[in-house]
Amino acid sequence: MPDAKGPDHIFQGALTKGEILLPKCEDCGAYHFFPRVLCPHCHGTAISWKQATGKGRVHTTTVVRRKPERGGDYNVCVVELDEGVRMMSRVEGIAPGEVAIDMAVTAFVGEAQGAPAVLFKPSER
Amino acid sequence: MTAELRGKSAIVGTGHAGFGEAHGLTAYDVMAQSALAALGDAGLKLSDVDGLFCTMMEDSMPALMAAEYLGIQPRFIDGTMSGGSSFVNYLTSATMALDAGLCDVALIVYGSNQRTASGRLVTASRPPAHEAPYNPRYPISAYAMAAARHMHEYGTTREQLADVAVAARAWAQHNPEAFERGPLTREDVLGVRMVGDPLTVRDCCLVTDGGGAIVLVRADRARDFPKAPVYVLGSAAESSHRQISQMKDFTVTAARDSGARAFAAAGVTAADIQAVELYDAFTINTILFLEDLGFCAKGEGGAFVEGGRIAPGGVLPVNTNGGGLSCVHPGMYGIFTVIEAARQIRGDAPGIQLKDVDLALAHGNGGVLSSQVTAILGSQNTL
Repeated sequence: MPDAKGPDHIFQGALTKGEILLPKCEDCGAYHFFPRVLCPHCHGTAISWKQATGKGRVHTTTVVRRKPERGGDYNVCVVELDEGVRMMSRVEGIAPGEVAIDMAVTAFVGEAQGAPAVLFKPSER
Repeated sequence: MTAELRGKSAIVGTGHAGFGEAHGLTAYDVMAQSALAALGDAGLKLSDVDGLFCTMMEDSMPALMAAEYLGIQPRFIDGTMSGGSSFVNYLTSATMALDAGLCDVALIVYGSNQRTASGRLVTASRPPAHEAPYNPRYPISAYAMAAARHMHEYGTTREQLADVAVAARAWAQHNPEAFERGPLTREDVLGVRMVGDPLTVRDCCLVTDGGGAIVLVRADRARDFPKAPVYVLGSAAESSHRQISQMKDFTVTAARDSGARAFAAAGVTAADIQAVELYDAFTINTILFLEDLGFCAKGEGGAFVEGGRIAPGGVLPVNTNGGGLSCVHPGMYGIFTVIEAARQIRGDAPGIQLKDVDLALAHGNGGVLSSQVTAILGSQNTL
């Protein structure tokens, strides 16, 4: 990926290698997500990239109801990572309706709509 | 807007068109019919309009498209797109433009044919890059997750959510302009198809065609028109996010800030408001906005709406036309909160007309609880 230096390219590029990198502000120390060229908390521009712990909790969740012939129901949720950032995702490995608020989850790089994406599974803790 | 602009502009005409199904008409046709209806109500002509405030769902230059369609060459336009709240937001820019002499007749207008065109939400908006891969159903998944969080934190129940829809229907049953007027019980709402847990299809607004329009002039000439003027006493906006995953607290909306500033500009409080018109895209909206606008405490919205307390004969008249849940919801509902609030004050509401309304509130919501805009409208008595 020549000259792929933009924040979205860095994030997506890491995903293709199976890594989850999160942007962190060098000035205020806070993480943010989605990736961008400035820190939305302090507006600093010194952004570094850190390996995500992958640990988080379901902040809120829903089941998108879909007819079985179109693939059936699926989960959509917002997960808050231990780093303090939130992202939309889904929890796999359990029924969509079993995903619950405050459930401990662990991130992994899976696939969504044909591209690498951050997904979650229930934590074994 | 600030207190200096209190009462500087007045609504002198309202109109609508194409409610329900507008077969064979384009969105711009419905927009134009709505404009004509509002101008007729004000005793004005299209050629009098020199300020145009418009956005539409279908393309990215709707204000220009609308001006061209209407055959007018406005000297002031505002096409700010903050979703369904846009039309409440235009009350601020229209008042500013009128007060500054940038225009003399301001037309706020909207139209949609989404029901007969496609049967679902038509939007030129692109799905956010970091949410789209997970295929949330836009916009219901966002509101469903807000509802889930409210239930988790405050014990709000599905029955309480259902009672919002039941109350809206009870108002709509008296409104001949409303699209859904059949009986609706709590059991009906809970018993139908779930579309995005915890929301069933009856927790969701209608998908209808329809358009609306409002004509405003400076207050100094507001009494020269056929209908009693309705003054803009205060209006304020607050924008908190675009994507639902970026909402800081899923149980608190920016209506807390927009409401506080609108009330401050108008010099009134929630307790003074006689008719409350809220953008009820989903049943959770009504609960959130009643809390955030100060009609009840945070977390008490569920109990506040329970058992007909916001229905006809209840403690607070909310969405007296039937709202987006039962009256009309053509993609963006915001303009209809203003129209119903104005008509309640003028005394020509299409459904239940409340007695002696001097103060009404219109609240617009845009995006996924993203943009909140509150307006306080008042009669001549409130100046």
